[in-house]
Amino acid sequence: MNHGSPDFQFLGLWFNAANLLMITVASLIVFLIAVFATRRLAMKPTGMQNFLEWVLDFVKGIINSTMDWRDGGRFHVLGLTLIMYIFVSNMLGLPFALVVNEKLWWKSPTADPMITLTLAVMILGLTHYYGVKLRGPKAYGGTFFSPMKFLFPLKIIEEFANTLTLGLRLYGNIYAGELLLSLLAAGLAHQGALGLIAAAPLTLVWQAFSIFVGTIQAYIFTMLTMVYMSHKVSSDH
Amino acid sequence: MLLSSLVLGTAAEGVTHINYGDMFFQLIVFIVLLALLKKFAWGPLMGILKQREEHIANEINAAEESRLEAKKLLEEQRNLLKEARNEAQSLIENARKQGDIQREEIIATARGEAERLKEAAKVEIEQQKEKAVGAIREQVAHLSVLIASKVIEKNLSAEDQDKLINDYIKEAGELQ
Repeated sequence: MNHGSPDFQFLGLWFNAANLLMITVASLIVFLIAVFATRRLAMKPTGMQNFLEWVLDFVKGIINSTMDWRDGGRFHVLGLTLIMYIFVSNMLGLPFALVVNEKLWWKSPTADPMITLTLAVMILGLTHYYGVKLRGPKAYGGTFFSPMKFLFPLKIIEEFANTLTLGLRLYGNIYAGELLLSLLAAGLAHQGALGLIAAAPLTLVWQAFSIFVGTIQAYIFTMLTMVYMSHKVSSDH
Repeated sequence: MLLSSLVLGTAAEGVTHINYGDMFFQLIVFIVLLALLKKFAWGPLMGILKQREEHIANEINAAEESRLEAKKLLEEQRNLLKEARNEAQSLIENARKQGDIQREEIIATARGEAERLKEAAKVEIEQQKEKAVGAIREQVAHLSVLIASKVIEKNLSAEDQDKLINDYIKEAGELQ
């Protein structure tokens, strides 16, 4: 349950080897799925191409629900990569966890707050970047004082709150899911035969629920990314 | 640090560092993933979607065009058919008229011919009658002369002779 992490220090920075592994695995899976699905592209889509086109349309729908496609079209690729990466990351920790020498190696990369906060900071950074790029520094600065000037401190707080909630929401959901799974699988299931019988259906149900939560969280993260983005780049806000 | 380890939750007991390295790694990997996917997956996929969109638009346009063309052709064919029908009608009408005229002509000619033949026959009949009358008359005269000579050969009194001559003269006068 409360396993350590395989940390090491390199160039003065602390790394968690498990995170490095899982980030790489998740990225690789996303890359392979996407590339294999688009190897044989056809005008009449079949199989995996259909699936990816559906994802494409889905993300397009998310963007369209928050901003004009003229502004939002450029975030299509970002949204696609985000939703795929986060979804795959959320799923990775569900089937099993791997503990070697009391160190947790296999888990969801999104079950680590540093990872989710990195993504959140990156997203918020991008919103500011595109806010300046698309609307100019003056209009961008103006958003901090609208609709009222005295709201400026609140606007500043909002930016930090957005970052924190965006990252921690994802982390909390996934971490809690995996924690309970590990409690069931490594704790309850080891309390004799009765515990094993009790743990099996509970684990099954909780895994199913975690799949649901992981999917929803990937959707919410992408959705909020586009909402924050639209606040910065859309001129009608 | 205690707070942060509580909040961030990664920390097992005694861990007092934050894994900044993971952050950099995640950031770099995500950007690399973004770039690779854009190049190898999303780009081509969006390309084919765009292509399909254009293809569909083209097909719709082509269908619309061919529909209009078909409509035009249909209209044309309909007009041609109507024209042909009218022409056939007029041809039949003309032929009928022509036939009527010809019939009238033939009938008239036949009637004229019959009239002419009738006239000729009449004239012929008249001539033959004249001829026959002439012949009869000649015959009669001849017979008369014969009878007369026979009578004369018999005894003829003076009175009878006179009477006879007078009768002849009278008769001749009547005949004239």
